[in-house]
Amino acid sequence: MNARVSIQTEDFDLSAEVARLRADEKGVGAVCTFVGTVRDRNDGQSVSTMELEHYPGMTEKAIEQMIDEAFTRFDIFGARVIHRVGLLQPLDQIVLVAVTSAHRGESFQACEFLMDYLKTPAPFWKKEQTPEGARWVDARVSDDAALAKWGIVSSNA
Amino acid sequence: MKIQLRYFASIREAIGSGSETLETAAATLAALRDELIARGGAHAEALARGRAVRVSLNQTMADESAVLTEGAEVAFFPPVTGG
Repeated sequence: MNARVSIQTEDFDLSAEVARLRADEKGVGAVCTFVGTVRDRNDGQSVSTMELEHYPGMTEKAIEQMIDEAFTRFDIFGARVIHRVGLLQPLDQIVLVAVTSAHRGESFQACEFLMDYLKTPAPFWKKEQTPEGARWVDARVSDDAALAKWGIVSSNA
Repeated sequence: MKIQLRYFASIREAIGSGSETLETAAATLAALRDELIARGGAHAEALARGRAVRVSLNQTMADESAVLTEGAEVAFFPPVTGG
């Protein structure tokens, strides 16, 4: 079975990941993907680079649990999460969530659910380089709110 | 008991180290945090009460009331910002 979760410094290829996820799954009628990328601005400041730190071991475990939860909530065939770490620049891809299902509704929902979930209990931290120096990105209360709509209580921020 | 401590992101930078092994008698995560604060210096500042500090026990997000056991891995870090 293919890996469901990868934490890596390397870039990823959306087409290749989708092809792998769909391979030999004749019941799949819908594929939904989300790609997060590095912006050149955040909270009113320009960002030249972004460094992503994570907690090896716990990160993979936390995301595996999120995917298990997605499988219990939605009628989906497969799910794949890739999150990059290390030094990234504006335009770079950071995160991929891909989900397959028979009909579009389930994969749309599961993809959004996984992305909302990834924002809070997964141990990643972003540090931005701005003209005024490096700064750790603040957690957003809106990310806790996004998770609340799925009935999950988060008090991260 | 002997436990493994990990620090991440701004807390790791403030303390100047990512991990340490500690011999402690602390019964809970709250007591452990208090013990580290009592060291003073960077530990007291980075882990001060009132600061947004999250904690995990054996690689699972935990409440500070959680009980420490021999060989536990405890991590202190700021609110997460992934995705």
